[in-house]
Amino acid sequence: MKAYWYCLSGIFFREWLRFWQQRTRLLSALVRPLLWLIVFAAGFRAALGIAIIAPYDTYITYETYIVPGLACMILLFNGMQSSLSMVYDREMGSMRILLTSPQPRSFLLICKLMASASISIIQVYIFLAITWFYGVQPPLLGLLVALPALLMVALMLGAIGLLLSNGIRQLENFAGVMNFVIFPLFFLSSALYPLWKMQEASLWLYWICALNPFSYGVELVRYALYLQFNPLALIVCATTTVVCLSAAVLTFSPKRSALRRAPGK
Amino acid sequence: MRRLLPLSALMLICHTSLAATAYVSNEKDNTISVIDLATQTVTDTLEVGMRPRGLLLSHDNKLLYICASDSDRVQVMDLSNHSIIKELASGDDPEQFALHPNNKWLYISNEDDALVTVVDVDSNIVMAQIDVGVEPEGMAVSPDGKWAVNTSETTNMLHWIDTASNELVHNTLVDQRPRHVEFSNDSKRLWASAEIGGTVTIIDVDQREILKTMTFEIKGVHPDKIQPVGIKLTDDGRYAFVALGPANHIAVVDAKTWEILDYLLVGRRVWHMAFTPDQKTLISTNGVSGDVSLVDIDSLKVTKSIKVGRYPWGVVVTP
Repeated sequence: MKAYWYCLSGIFFREWLRFWQQRTRLLSALVRPLLWLIVFAAGFRAALGIAIIAPYDTYITYETYIVPGLACMILLFNGMQSSLSMVYDREMGSMRILLTSPQPRSFLLICKLMASASISIIQVYIFLAITWFYGVQPPLLGLLVALPALLMVALMLGAIGLLLSNGIRQLENFAGVMNFVIFPLFFLSSALYPLWKMQEASLWLYWICALNPFSYGVELVRYALYLQFNPLALIVCATTTVVCLSAAVLTFSPKRSALRRAPGK
Repeated sequence: MRRLLPLSALMLICHTSLAATAYVSNEKDNTISVIDLATQTVTDTLEVGMRPRGLLLSHDNKLLYICASDSDRVQVMDLSNHSIIKELASGDDPEQFALHPNNKWLYISNEDDALVTVVDVDSNIVMAQIDVGVEPEGMAVSPDGKWAVNTSETTNMLHWIDTASNELVHNTLVDQRPRHVEFSNDSKRLWASAEIGGTVTIIDVDQREILKTMTFEIKGVHPDKIQPVGIKLTDDGRYAFVALGPANHIAVVDAKTWEILDYLLVGRRVWHMAFTPDQKTLISTNGVSGDVSLVDIDSLKVTKSIKVGRYPWGVVVTP
């Protein structure tokens, strides 16, 4: 048991140390959603209100609507960035040092996910504090209730990222992940527009958004922030996490990139 | 269990403050929606005359007066059993009205006839008909009972009627399309909204002089959409609330300094408002979206919107 704890704290310490050394990451993680909130939402400002949709009890401004989506945007980018670090670790060989640990590989990967989730969540709370002063004020208790929802979504996105990182051979391929994974996940979700609005625009788009697990992550956080529970969102997020994590553990190979690159050398 | 007790007590206090019933007139449905404010749900929908608009309570909260505009009458509902017990000779197309503090004289504006009709509600006798400007609409009687003021939408005037003689004694020119007037609790100030002008005028009652004309500005909303209609003043003289029609916002004004404090987002085409008896909650009717919004006065936040019938217009609240 002590060995597990030692391993867990070691991984957490390494992630936190890396985060501390890359403090500009915090800045960039905050600038992105804040730009969306202040510039995009202001330009798009539905000052006359968005029709009542659950979990809201009354009419809301567009800024209020997109805050949970932007909080999940931080989790999404961080989850993917964490997957980038896995590719980096593999290329630099530090992953092999980690794998010298006698603990099971699945435990190590879950620890890694939890460690990067903890960093993401701190960033989300800093973002929520800024939006509070900007005027988007969910119930105070909602900020606390949202914590397990944020953790669930961070783990789900981390698991998706981990699975993806197994398929990436080189660091440079991360740009492709950005274009083919992060942007579609974010834009084709309920983060920026309510699904009924998508349905009005195009039924195809609506179905893509409705099948996107990120939509359920956003809704889980949105509901929790307003002290409500969305069981469907939780089921989808939990299932996606379990499936992606299992697949990631099964397909994980620290030597993969080195082996594949070997013939080209 | 012990831990839950303070929570239950808190919930009870919250509920007590909202233990009231709201009556909302639905202009297009010819109905009145009854809302239990403790549960925040519509508990009943009552059939009334055609195109119900202005609503008013008798001072003992036992009777509800309803302007059934297209039925050309004012209906009187007994709130103990929700039955119409009387219909008053209101004159044509009654829209808004006001009850004198004596609980007897009802001042009704007749939009199509450019008249204000005064009816004794006990005897149902028309006491007077007073010529006013074109399309009279807003109507208020001062809490001290001395003045009845009517607004005429097309003449852009406030008409001051001396209630002792029921004669028109003075006119005040305000901005375009005055819709609603409201006296302060001490009868010293009169607030009048101008829908097309986009302004609210504050008038000294003794001198009948304009003290201030307020304009409104909401970021991201076109000025043409800012059309003030309903006004409500808290009894403690702290706040004035102005419903801004198609701007979908209620302006919160400091009633002492006349400074605009905030704009609260509510449903579409917010029209008239009413306080709960404890003045902790304000209820607005939102015509186009067919709902009412509840505003918590302490935090100045909109807490809930509740669907009612089509085109809710007037609202009153009983304890």
